[in-house]
Amino acid sequence: MASAIAETAACPECGANVELGAKVEKGEIVQCSDCGSDLEVMSISPVELALAPEEEEDWGE
Amino acid sequence: MSKPNLKIAMLLSRVRVEEKLLFEQFEKRGLPFDRLDDRELVFNLEEKPFDYDVVLERCISHSRALYSLKILNDWGLKTVNTYEVSNTCGNKFLTTQALFHADVPSPVTKLAFTRESALAAMEEMGYPVVVKPPVGSWGRLIAKLNDREAAEAVLEHKEVLGNYEHSLFYIQEYINKPQRDIRAFVVGDETIAAIYRRSEHWITNTARSGQASNCPVTPELNDICVRAARAVGGGVVAVDVVESADRGLLVIEVNYTMEFRNSIDTTGVNIPARIVDFALEVGSQEK
Repeated sequence: MASAIAETAACPECGANVELGAKVEKGEIVQCSDCGSDLEVMSISPVELALAPEEEEDWGE
Repeated sequence: MSKPNLKIAMLLSRVRVEEKLLFEQFEKRGLPFDRLDDRELVFNLEEKPFDYDVVLERCISHSRALYSLKILNDWGLKTVNTYEVSNTCGNKFLTTQALFHADVPSPVTKLAFTRESALAAMEEMGYPVVVKPPVGSWGRLIAKLNDREAAEAVLEHKEVLGNYEHSLFYIQEYINKPQRDIRAFVVGDETIAAIYRRSEHWITNTARSGQASNCPVTPELNDICVRAARAVGGGVVAVDVVESADRGLLVIEVNYTMEFRNSIDTTGVNIPARIVDFALEVGSQEK
């Protein structure tokens, strides 16, 4: 479920602080405003970020 | 009316805007639901994996959705959408077959298995033509070929660089649409909303920067979209339609895990609410 309060976590690529909204969900993709990397929210409490997987050939609608 | 105390799950991995909006709808109704992350699932094929009244499938990966839905449906679990719908919509060739055999107007399409026969098919059809991988989304690897030289190059690349599926040449006539197409959302037996997707580029997907605006759901549009939805097995689908100057509306494809973030404010229709209502209805039906 979503986190109750806004949090920050370190970008695993560049180390910058990434601000996350109050309604961030596990599995959501956020972007690091410093390096532009797509990051996946791996857990909510504590918030943990990882580089998001690359788009695969069967992804879509 | 939905049955009380429904056991609900959502099957997914990546949480897009759409999934968050669907979570909100369940939460608004005070309905608990489980999140099934496809990356964590292990199916023991000899055992019924879960006991839910309904599973709302929202995987970003077609193959994971397809295999999971097969297992769930074979065990009698109700899903939105079903394996059948996922299988048909996830493959453009199967979608075209379903549309054609249900007399749903769609562009002329050919299938060829070799570079030479594909080229012959294109020459007969006349340029430009469009080639698409049978499995794929978001406009990925779709090519408009304007002449023979471009066709020869792309066919060679597909054959040499792609996996075997890229040598199943799905060739479609190019419809000279008015720099827009239509994305219509069908839930059950109703086209609940539609948008125009405008772009200077011939690929108009909003995932590729196409601009959305409201498209009135005319009886004609509703009819062709509902028929397209039924042709692929029905449920919750997004139908892509082009306007041909001489043949009217033609269905290009049908999407079974539709994205709708750009279409709620545009149309004024609460699409996630309608999806959740439909899932609850399916979950409430007698087994």
